[in-house]
Amino acid sequence: MTAATTEKPPTSGIPRRSFLKWSGIAGGGVALVGTGAAFGLLPGVGPANAVTSTVAGSTDEKTVWNACLVNCGSRCALRLHVKDGSLVRVDTDTTGSQDLDGPQLRACVRGRSFRRRVYNPDRLKTPMRRKPGTKRGAGEWEQISWDEALGTIASELKRVIADYGNEAVYYQYGSGVTGGNITNTAWTRLLSTLGGYLGMYGSYSTSQISFAMPFMYGERIESNSIGDTVHSKLVVYWGDNPVETRMSGGGNMWNAQKSNKDFKTRTIVIDPRYSETALDLADQWIPIRPGTDAALVAAIAHVLISEDMVDQQFLDTYCVGYDEEHLPAGIPAGSSYKSYILGTGPDGVAKAPDWASPITGIPVDVILGLAHEIGTAKPCAIMQGWGLQRQANGENNCRAVMMLPILTGNVGIHGGGNGSREGTIRFPLARFSIDNPIKTKISCFMWTDAIARGAEMTDIADGVQGKKKLDVPIKLIINVAGNTLVNQHSDANRTTKLLEDDSLCELIVVVDNHLTASARYADILLPGTTNAEEVDFIASEYSGDTAYAIIADQAIAPLFEARSHYDMCAALAAKMGVEEKFTEGRTQEEWRSELIRKTSASVPGIYTEEEFHDKGVFRVSNPDGTFVASKAFRDDPVKNPLKTPSGKIEIFSERLWKMAATWTFGDTKGDVITALPEYVATWEGAEEAKTNDKYPLQVIGHHFKGRTHSSYGSVDWLQEAHPQVVWMNTKDAEDRGIVNDDVVHVFNDRGRIELPARVTPRIMPGVLSVPQGAWYSPDAKGVDTGGCINTLTTWHPSPLSKGNPQHTNLVQIEKA
Amino acid sequence: MAEKLGFYFDQTLCTGCKACSVACKDKHDHAVGISWRRVAEYAGGTWQQDGDTVVPNVFSYYTSIACNHCEDPICVRVCPTTAMSQGEDGIVTIDQTKCVGCRYCEWACPYSAPQLNAATGHMTKCDMCADYRAEGQDPACVAACPSRALGWGPIDELRAKHGTLAAVEPLPDPAITRPRLVITPHRDAQPTGSGTGFVANPGEL
Repeated sequence: MTAATTEKPPTSGIPRRSFLKWSGIAGGGVALVGTGAAFGLLPGVGPANAVTSTVAGSTDEKTVWNACLVNCGSRCALRLHVKDGSLVRVDTDTTGSQDLDGPQLRACVRGRSFRRRVYNPDRLKTPMRRKPGTKRGAGEWEQISWDEALGTIASELKRVIADYGNEAVYYQYGSGVTGGNITNTAWTRLLSTLGGYLGMYGSYSTSQISFAMPFMYGERIESNSIGDTVHSKLVVYWGDNPVETRMSGGGNMWNAQKSNKDFKTRTIVIDPRYSETALDLADQWIPIRPGTDAALVAAIAHVLISEDMVDQQFLDTYCVGYDEEHLPAGIPAGSSYKSYILGTGPDGVAKAPDWASPITGIPVDVILGLAHEIGTAKPCAIMQGWGLQRQANGENNCRAVMMLPILTGNVGIHGGGNGSREGTIRFPLARFSIDNPIKTKISCFMWTDAIARGAEMTDIADGVQGKKKLDVPIKLIINVAGNTLVNQHSDANRTTKLLEDDSLCELIVVVDNHLTASARYADILLPGTTNAEEVDFIASEYSGDTAYAIIADQAIAPLFEARSHYDMCAALAAKMGVEEKFTEGRTQEEWRSELIRKTSASVPGIYTEEEFHDKGVFRVSNPDGTFVASKAFRDDPVKNPLKTPSGKIEIFSERLWKMAATWTFGDTKGDVITALPEYVATWEGAEEAKTNDKYPLQVIGHHFKGRTHSSYGSVDWLQEAHPQVVWMNTKDAEDRGIVNDDVVHVFNDRGRIELPARVTPRIMPGVLSVPQGAWYSPDAKGVDTGGCINTLTTWHPSPLSKGNPQHTNLVQIEKA
Repeated sequence: MAEKLGFYFDQTLCTGCKACSVACKDKHDHAVGISWRRVAEYAGGTWQQDGDTVVPNVFSYYTSIACNHCEDPICVRVCPTTAMSQGEDGIVTIDQTKCVGCRYCEWACPYSAPQLNAATGHMTKCDMCADYRAEGQDPACVAACPSRALGWGPIDELRAKHGTLAAVEPLPDPAITRPRLVITPHRDAQPTGSGTGFVANPGEL
């Protein structure tokens, strides 16, 4: 790399910038919150070991196509400029349109910082093992050879499989290269060739909606595309924030901005924060107490029903359980949705706006106005984000929001939608992955329980699938390109305690580019290449009505001893006697050629591999114009039934009705399953906040511009551009004597984090937001100076999906 | 006489993502501490609380700002070594052989556009990516913006198309340097000097 990229930040002198001439500067600058690694015992990692190129003296100068692979839901093309074997510049897509159809895939701020991610002082350089005799997580390491590292993994895999069976092996949730194809599935392919591993269902993004929506629609179905809002009279982004969570200039941020700019459709944003979607697009912002969405829906439904704004014909034709006349046979009277809303059901409470108002924090007249708009705008597009389902009873929140398009008959038509998240068309890319032969699964969130008490976990208490109960706890974890082992799972202090005990999980293998919080808990730590150092073939993700494929060409040689996932797995496969089965005789590059060849069979006109090297991105436009969810069902529900037992939309789910009677729960408030999408008050919810003197503030963790989850979290340019801060309302700050940029502690019984406060009117009183994904960095006193939200979150799962309720937390905040 | 160049900024589209700023850093190989393009968040307003319910009356918007290659470049006027000069196209540049790094330009510029490179001891600043423009490309920041909120071109053309507004909080009074900058204002943009809000991210500037 060139000298300039290792240049140290200027440290001499106080900036003489004259921003005090600008209006409104309240205070001076604030130092960046350090999230760098303070683990000096790790050889080769840290600022003193800044990365240099492995290729010296060559004179090649080239530009190759690649892509940013992190889990934001967008997928951007990168142009990697290489000189003398080093990345010297990272550009983005230079093709495509400036329109909704076939847009240029302009990378966001993260993709543009990619060079600093590749050449990062935190890069892992050689295989390492935890120093024998030291505690896991203590940060004492020994450098070992690849041969020794893979030999250890091979013998431990054999031992664990022989002693406990394949279900004791767990492939940890991780999404650092989720956009990758070969690189994202090499390890699971290898584990599958070895007989498989304990599976998981759900994801840390969508556990609740992925599990709950099938009870209503038979499967999880995304809503209409954002581009389809050109047909809408009203757009409601309900906890949905595509402008911030999917920032690609060729993805849903662009789709939302462009359709709004061109068609100026009235737009309402419902969110506890004045999100960037609200800032950019909203004609009205309605702040709501986190976790109370189902109460707001119920009140809107009450208005729609009371004022005769429901689409009765749609409900009669397409749905089960709206009114008493359409309940399944054998269900007690009073169990219908209409009865629940009007207060003629078992609870006897009418869900009128004056009932919901104190729960949600929204005035009655605002609820009435919202209900009238949703009831009269034809058609109306309601898109929900995933934050409101990542709650203590998020399953009911997300099902509830999906009731509004049902009540108003907006499902399956242009300009409407099903109230799930905005939809997309997909590119039919051939994949490298193979199926896991083991069918036993746990929720992706329950792995800590499966380490601690795996053999006690059952189907009806813990959501075990494929078996009545687990036979064995997790004994060996493979954690690849992911930070969920510590950082992105809940209750990091409790999780690290669990991991420290190596009598429970006996081997942890971590494969990554950087020394993440999770990597610190490895027994064997393997340096993976970044995608600049390998080849792949990439598909679009949530891109709307254009789908595409991107070729990823290798820009630079692997740094240090880093190896691609494919190469390390091929070497491990050889040690375990399954090399031929794993590789099928191909190199990674040959596999890419094979995947391009396979893809071309189903995509007419797609580039040849040769053309891809030059042109980079191949696009396909939606032949139907814009995507409409469940259009075939709407057009002919008899011929095209849903995959529910009834073939209809099950507002009342008989399956949930039965599960409510059979699944077991403790007495934690909110841990219930309801056949209808009811509002449920929960532990550490908005209502409890009002009476909790010790921890009166709700804290959520919004997705942050400077990171994708924890990916890119150690990139200095991004830490400078988007320093970690906790958002708090001006009034909450005044009550505590806190001013903007004060360093504060946010804490509850689970932990304490330290970070600067962003005192702002952009978040509602009583609610804090700690942008999720900052790297967990406890100091000697246990204070997490990285400011990781998951120091404050809990292992307690949501009731139905056993998913992560990471936006349900009560805390206090004080000056540090 | 050559056409004078300026920047265009559509504030209605800016998300504060700073792709512009980081693309600039990548293109010019800048370390932490030097950002030729910066993004200010301006916010204000009040909340009404009534019992358990609240109603916001708040606003916020972003302003992406680099050197404005002003019609009256105060940096050029105050430079004691004549290192700072303005070309025929209006682009203000620094002669590195003359600059002594006194930072007077940085102090005088109401936008703080010139910035010190502590490693070289010289000032640095935006030249609107002269090399890119010479090759027929857009400046890095303009090409980077995922929202297509940035533009550049002859300022007369930009003003004919987008108006003449440059006086938006928290930017200084354009009368000071007459910036070649045109802004399409956010719906909640506050006029310069109104003082209705505050810069929410001073540490990032």
